[in-house]
Amino acid sequence: MARATRAVGRNVLRKEGASKTSGAAKYIDDLSFPNLLHARTIRSTIPAGEITAIRFNFDTAGFTIVDFRDIPGRNIVALIEDDQPCLAERQIRHFAEPILLLAHEDRETLLAADVQIDYSQTAPIYDPAASPMVFKKIAIEKGRVDDGFALADVIVEGEYRMGHQEQLYIEPNGVVAAPGNGVDDDVGGITVHGSMQCPYYVHKALMVLLGLPGEKVRVVQAETGGGFGGKEEYPSIIAGHAALLAKKSGRPVKLIYDRVEDLIATTKRHPAVIRHKTGVTRDGQLTAIDIDVLFDGGAYATLSAVVLSRGVIHASGPYRCDHIRINGRATMTNTPPNGAFRGFGAPQTQFATEVHMDRIAEQLGLDPVRLREINALRPGDTTATGQRLGKDCSALPVLREAVRRTDFKRRRRALAKTNRGIGLSLFFHGSGFTGGGEVKLASKASLVLTDRGARILVASTEIGQGTRTMLAQIVADTLGLPYDDIDVNAADTGIVPDSGPTVASRTCMVVGRILQRCAAEMRERLGRLTPRQYLKKHGPLVITKEYERPGEMSWDDNSYRGDAYGSYGWGCDIVELEVDRDTWEVKPVAFLTVHEIGKAIHPMLAMGQIEGGSAQGLGWALLEEVVMRDGHMANASLTNYIIPTTLDTPKMKVVMLESPYQHGPFGAKGVGEMPIDGPAPAVINALRHAGFDLRAIPATPERIMQVSTLKSQVSSVEAQRSHALRVQT
Amino acid sequence: MRLTINGKRVQVAVHPMKRLLDVLREDCELTGTKEGCGEGECGACTVLVDGAPVNACLVPVAQIAGARITTIEGLRGRHPLQHAFVEHGGAQCGICTPGMILAAVALGKKPTLDQIRVGLAGNLCRCTGYSAIYRSIDAVTSTARRNRGDRKDRKERPGSRTKKPRTRTGVTR
Repeated sequence: MARATRAVGRNVLRKEGASKTSGAAKYIDDLSFPNLLHARTIRSTIPAGEITAIRFNFDTAGFTIVDFRDIPGRNIVALIEDDQPCLAERQIRHFAEPILLLAHEDRETLLAADVQIDYSQTAPIYDPAASPMVFKKIAIEKGRVDDGFALADVIVEGEYRMGHQEQLYIEPNGVVAAPGNGVDDDVGGITVHGSMQCPYYVHKALMVLLGLPGEKVRVVQAETGGGFGGKEEYPSIIAGHAALLAKKSGRPVKLIYDRVEDLIATTKRHPAVIRHKTGVTRDGQLTAIDIDVLFDGGAYATLSAVVLSRGVIHASGPYRCDHIRINGRATMTNTPPNGAFRGFGAPQTQFATEVHMDRIAEQLGLDPVRLREINALRPGDTTATGQRLGKDCSALPVLREAVRRTDFKRRRRALAKTNRGIGLSLFFHGSGFTGGGEVKLASKASLVLTDRGARILVASTEIGQGTRTMLAQIVADTLGLPYDDIDVNAADTGIVPDSGPTVASRTCMVVGRILQRCAAEMRERLGRLTPRQYLKKHGPLVITKEYERPGEMSWDDNSYRGDAYGSYGWGCDIVELEVDRDTWEVKPVAFLTVHEIGKAIHPMLAMGQIEGGSAQGLGWALLEEVVMRDGHMANASLTNYIIPTTLDTPKMKVVMLESPYQHGPFGAKGVGEMPIDGPAPAVINALRHAGFDLRAIPATPERIMQVSTLKSQVSSVEAQRSHALRVQT
Repeated sequence: MRLTINGKRVQVAVHPMKRLLDVLREDCELTGTKEGCGEGECGACTVLVDGAPVNACLVPVAQIAGARITTIEGLRGRHPLQHAFVEHGGAQCGICTPGMILAAVALGKKPTLDQIRVGLAGNLCRCTGYSAIYRSIDAVTSTARRNRGDRKDRKERPGSRTKKPRTRTGVTR
């Protein structure tokens, strides 16, 4: 057996790197199928009401036309609730709701087809606070908040707001559906290729929609040009649409959104309004935390319940406090449904917490670092849900490392009364599904012995983060074989087991751990034999394992008490920025982040997650504004929805600390989502330091001008008053 | 209509207003050129026309009759930038990568960090935050500098570092 080089902790070459840089990698629009039809979705142009008539103002010959009556199974997008139709029947709950599907072999003819739909409109609901329909309510209670307030010297209150954010993967959503499952050529089955994060979510949704057993439905992930949550649940809808057209026409159907349609119709980050009331002693100890979280779910439930869950669990931030009450709700509005986006509710709630912490520090006349040092969670402390933290709790180490490296306190003094400000944020992020989620998922992973080494079979997808590479490193080192001898099967539900969705910072920590257990058993079975010798002597070897919950973990979904996550990553961001006092433009000039992630399996890929997530967070803080007008996105183009370019992104300094989690592979925790939790509050705190009291993002020049005008009005009134006083005396 | 694509002369019979992007992807089967927005904002469809980077989604093919076009396939997987983007993490999901690499090729052999940032400002990447892209380009240009024994521009090495390794690779002191 060739002596294996250790792969874990080294920057081995990305498995699919060469195909991505040569242009050979096949994304969904690069796949060609014979006899292909192109498809188009006809959508509602009102936010709320009922369809009264549909007219086709074109020659329908050569077209395949599908409406809800063509659905053989149930007309729902199967996910958590069964409230969202795959195609609207009569009722319309949001702008751009899919109603009809058209397919034709000629794209120009398809685009020219004119469908007229008449509606009777009803009054839309846009204010989530006023909505009569609540998707989910969650309450977390620790200690007795009223007792906590009685212990306080000072009470600080605040309200914080944020709007939608678009994931903006550079490759829009798209799928190709073809009749037959590709295995037994059965025409009753269906195969869907697509850009997606979660092949088994799509698989389940198609089974329900088409009324087919699992083996008749096959879902294959194509190379995927970014996801960030935007391809978690949405692909179930577009796959359903293409599948219906393919079933009806008997031909392969390609359905790919252009950028405008993708922006208008697909999910975004939940807008939020979060209110804090905090009791604190004069020397800075938090005595009571009372938080109200409101998420705008949009028109259908999608994942709002679980987004809210992660949001409220993270709402009190990485801080110790004996008395915490958190009330969260997600409500319906007549806007396109919101859904998964990196961070999944935690960026919203931690934005509010971290801006609020700086306001508390200001009121107490305390340094923001000192306030956080006093209250940061330590090993042995308990979180809001009562989870006792282990030795890998690193809130203080990341804070101290970031402060030390930037010489934060001195820098803060040096920048006083300049056009610059510096601010920080401290945050944490739970790895894996919330609460009992991983037990319910019961993910499986398989390892197949090959001539040279092993092949990994998982449904976890490569969407840029390096899934294939990182999993192969874990398997290689556990097996004691070279990294190059481990390969990874395509995420094809016809071949791979359901290892759960590629979300929630779970792929490395949870799926990686299952594979590590597979590899450990395979190594034992091999003994002294090489893979080739073993295969010759004993025949094929496939090892499949299922998720096992660490023995010490417990969670009660009714009381919302217990171990919300197996482990947490910890982070601290520091942003220095410059404000142009004429245009109110803000330019981040320096960015440092310290992340504690257990173990960086592939330091360069981990750093890629941290840098990329941080850039998205800076975009959310400063640039990215979805303008909602009459229930739809009014700035649905890349010209008007601005994400950071090279010129908007500051030089970043990334520091990774490692405090291993005992049940993670080689000590690894999750890393994918956490980086987006910190930048926005750090930016707003830096703006506060520069003299701007903002409670909402994005901090666009317009918003900054508003608060500065307010400030100058107040100060000019004060100036007049003091002038008057001087005159009087 | 005649074009020279990746060094090969080709003749395509298409509508003169067809987008260069579609001519490449559909008529020439060169799918390495990607479409991200179709409005000239994201740069995923960047190709070189007579050496200059252009958004292929904004160019009617008639406008560039007779031009020399280089797509990602034209680099044949052998351009040093292609390997550097793998080795230094410049490619994550990969959808912006072909356009990004071609835009980087157009920067010439020895761009400064400022020139890189301005030169790539029309190419959006949502995965990397750009730092790893700078590191990938710098790895190639600093190798080029080292091979020429040119010691200038050292201070402009862009990008961040992890805690370990502390040593910068590829620089001889």
